[in-house]
Amino acid sequence: MDFDLNDEQRLLKESVDRLILDQYQFQQRKQYMAEPAGYSAAMWDRFAEQGLLGLPFPEAAGGFGGGPIETMIVAEAFGRGLVVEPYFATVVLGGGLLRRAADPAVLAALGPQIVAGKLKLAFAHIERHSRYDLANVSTSAKKDGSGYVLNGAKSVAMHGDSADKLLVTARMSGGQMDRGGIGLFIVDATAAGVARQGYPTQDGLRAAEVVLTNARAELLRDNALPAIEHAVDEAIAALCAEAVGAMQSMQDLTLEYLKTRKQFGRAIGSFQVLQHRSVDMLVALEGARSMAMFAAVMAAEENPIERRRAISAAKSQIGRSGKHIGQEAIQLHGGIGMTLEYSVGHYFKRMTMIDALYGDADHHLTALAGLGGLFGAAA
Amino acid sequence: MDLNFTEEEIAFRDEVRAFFRSAIPDSIRAKVAEGEGLTRDDMIQSQRILNKYGYCTPNWPVAWGGKDWTPVQVYLYQDEMQLANVPSPIAFNVSMVGPVIAQFGSEEMKKRFLPATANADIFWCQGFSEPGSGSDLASLRTRAERKGDKYVVNGQKIWTTLAQYGEWIFCLVRTNTEAKQQEGISFLLIDMKTPGITVRPIITIDGGREVNEVFFDNVEVPVENLVGQENKGWDYAKFLLGNERTGIARVGNSKAKVARIKELAAIEQSGGRPLIQDPKFREKLAAIEIELKALEMTQLRVVADERKLEKGRQNPASSILKLKGSVIQQQLTELVMEVVGPYAMPYQREFDGRNEPVVGPEYATEAAPMYFNYRKVSIYGGSNEIQRNIIAKAILGL
Ligand SMILES: Cc1cc2nc3c(=O)[nH]c(=O)nc-3n(C[C@H](O)[C@H](O)[C@H](O)COP(=O)(O)OP(=O)(O)OC[C@H]3O[C@@H](n4cnc5c(N)ncnc54)[C@H](O)[C@@H]3O)c2cc1C
Repeated sequence: MDFDLNDEQRLLKESVDRLILDQYQFQQRKQYMAEPAGYSAAMWDRFAEQGLLGLPFPEAAGGFGGGPIETMIVAEAFGRGLVVEPYFATVVLGGGLLRRAADPAVLAALGPQIVAGKLKLAFAHIERHSRYDLANVSTSAKKDGSGYVLNGAKSVAMHGDSADKLLVTARMSGGQMDRGGIGLFIVDATAAGVARQGYPTQDGLRAAEVVLTNARAELLRDNALPAIEHAVDEAIAALCAEAVGAMQSMQDLTLEYLKTRKQFGRAIGSFQVLQHRSVDMLVALEGARSMAMFAAVMAAEENPIERRRAISAAKSQIGRSGKHIGQEAIQLHGGIGMTLEYSVGHYFKRMTMIDALYGDADHHLTALAGLGGLFGAAA
Repeated sequence: MDLNFTEEEIAFRDEVRAFFRSAIPDSIRAKVAEGEGLTRDDMIQSQRILNKYGYCTPNWPVAWGGKDWTPVQVYLYQDEMQLANVPSPIAFNVSMVGPVIAQFGSEEMKKRFLPATANADIFWCQGFSEPGSGSDLASLRTRAERKGDKYVVNGQKIWTTLAQYGEWIFCLVRTNTEAKQQEGISFLLIDMKTPGITVRPIITIDGGREVNEVFFDNVEVPVENLVGQENKGWDYAKFLLGNERTGIARVGNSKAKVARIKELAAIEQSGGRPLIQDPKFREKLAAIEIELKALEMTQLRVVADERKLEKGRQNPASSILKLKGSVIQQQLTELVMEVVGPYAMPYQREFDGRNEPVVGPEYATEAAPMYFNYRKVSIYGGSNEIQRNIIAKAILGL
C-alpha cells in the first residue's frame, strides 16, 4: 500500500503546479479566454514544450508513456487553474480514443502531431435525445468507396469549434439503442459536409454543434463501443481529478474569506455554525479526493464491470461533493460569491459542468446500483 | 379542521385567476415561466395593468390604494399571481418603500410618492447593504450630514438590485456617529439624478446585470426627503423587512415550476423514453413536491392564524417560510438542469440580439443561469444563516 508519487511523478507535479501558479492566475485566465479561439494559443505551445500534450501517449506515438496517475496529476492542477485550453478534449479524451480504438499505425501517425501541438481533436457523440448514453446513436455511416459518409447531428462537442479533426460515433448497423453496430470515425473538421457552430459553455470553455451531411469519414473501428467506453472511463477519472482541484480551490478561498471577512465586529469564521459548515466541506473534499484516486487506479482495469463500478462510484461521489462544496462556498461568501469578478463562482460553474459531463451524480449512482454496488454480499 | 375555502373565497380566487391570465400579456408571463430576465418595460407595463385594476398594492392602507382583504384573500391573490407567472410588482416599490412611506411618512410625502410608486412612475431601488455591512447592516457607514435644509450624503452602497433602472433610491444613512449603532440611522429618499451619484454594474455569475454599486459623493438631499424622524431609520427598516410574511415563500412560483418541469420532462428523453417515465426522476420530483406541500400547508396555517392573532403578532411558523421556500426554489432549478441534461452547457446569453440559432431546445438556455442565479435567494434579504440565528433567538429562546 503506497499513496506516494514516484520521483518522476513528483517532478511532473511540481512543474505543472508551478505552471499554473505562474501562468494561470485569475486575471491571466481572463485574458486567455478573450483570445479569438477562447483560449491561449501560446499556452497550448507551452503545454507542448513541457511535454504535457504527449503525456498519455506511448513512446511509439511520440509520447511519454504516462498513465492515469500522471493524467490525474495534471488534471488536478488544471482544476485549480480552471484551464480553458482543449487539453481534456484533445489529449485526454481524443488521445484516449485513439489509443483505445485506433490502429497502432493511425496512432503512430496522429500521435506525434498532437504531442507537438499541431493537431487538436474533439469527440462528437451527443445527440438530441441521447443524454449520457454512449450507445444511443442515430447518426448513420454508409460505405462509400474506400471510406464512409456520415449523416446526422451531434451536440455539445467539447472544443469542437477549434478541433482539426472530429472523432464521431455513427451507426453502421442495428437500432438506435443497440450496443453493437457503432463505429468510431475520424472526420476532417473542415471537410465538405461538416457544419460547425461554436459557442462558449457556462464554464468559459467552448463547444460546438456539428451537423454532418454526407461528410467523408475514415473508420477507426467498428463495434467500437467497448473501446469508447474504456476511453471515456479514463476521461471520467481525469474529470474527477480536475474536480478535486476545483474543490480544493473553493475550500481554500472560503477558508481564507472566513478568516478575513468581518461582520458584527469579528471574523465570520469565529461563528461556530460557519466553522462546522467548513468542516463539512472538508469532509466532502477528502471523500472526493479519495474517490478520484480510486478512479485513477481503476481506470486502466481491463475488466469492464470492475472498471465501470469504480468509475461510476467516483463520478457519483465527485458530483455530490462538488455540488455541496460549490453551493456552500458561494453561500459562505455571501454576495461577493455571486459575482463574476471573483473567482469562487467560476469554480462553482466548472464544477457544475463537470457534473453534467459523461453522467451526473445520480446517473452514475443508478449505474453503480445496476452493477450490484461496490462490495460483495456476505458469502 | 377544514382545508376547503369558503364559497366566497373560491369566487374570489376564480376572479383573480381569470384576471391574471387575461390581463397580463402572454409574452411577459412566458418569460417569467422560463426564468428569462424581464426588461424594465415589461416590469412597468405589468405593474401598471395591476395598478389600473386595483391589483397592485393590496397590503397598503385602503386610503392609498390598499384592500381590506382577509389574509386568505391576500394569500389567494399572491398564489394565483405566481401560478399564472405574472411578475410580482416591483418589490422595492410595493413591498418595501411604499408601506414605509404610508406608515411613517408625512401627508405631503404620501401624496408626492405613493400614487407614483404604485403605478411604477417611479422605479425604486434599495440602498441598504454596504461593502462592510451585509448581515451586520446596523454597522453601515454611508454618512448624511445636515447642512441647513439639506443633507450631504457621502459613502457607498452595494448589491443594489436594478439600480440601473432606479429613478429613486431609499437609503439607510448614518446621521449620528456618537449614538449606539442602531440609533444613529435615518431613512432617506434620494433622487438618482442628483449630482454626485455614480452607478457601477456588478455582473453576477450567471452573466446577468442585476446588481450594482452606488457611490455618493457630496450628494445634496433636501431635508423633506427624510422619512419620519431623524435617527429612527432602523425601526423603519425593521418594519420594512418584517412586512412581507407569506409571499416570500413563493409557493405559487414553485408550484408553477413543478408543472413546467413535468411538461419538459415529457419532452426530454432518457434511455429511449420520456424522462418523466423514469422512476428515479419521478421520485426526486415527488420528494420536492412533498416539501412544497408541507410549505404550502404551513403557509396556510400562518394565514389562518393571522385572522385570529392580534395585529403585529405572528405564528412562529411564519419564520420558516423564507428558509424553506428559498431552498425549494433552489432545488427546482437543479431539477430543471437535470431535465435538459447536456443542453444546460451552452452559454447563450451573449447571443442576445444576434442571429445565431439557439443550441438545443429554447427552454434549456436559462436552465444553468437560473441555477447559478438562484444561489442568491439564500443570501439576500437576511441570509439563511441569519434567519436561523433569528429563529433560534426569537422563537426557540436560545
Ligand atoms: C443578488 C443579490 C441582490 C441583492 N439586492 C440588494 C438590494 O437591492 N439592496 C440591498 O441593500 N442589498 C441587496 N443585497 C445584499 C444582501 O442583502 C446581502 O448580500 C446580505 O445581507 C449578506 O451580506 P453580505 O453579502 O455582506 O455577506 P456577509 O454578511 O459578509 O456574510 C457572509 C457569510 O457569513 C454568514 N454570516 C454572517 N454573519 C453571521 C452570523 N452572525 N452567524 C452565522 N453566519 C453569519 C452569512 O450568512 C454568509 O453566509 C443583494 C444581494 C444579492 C446577492
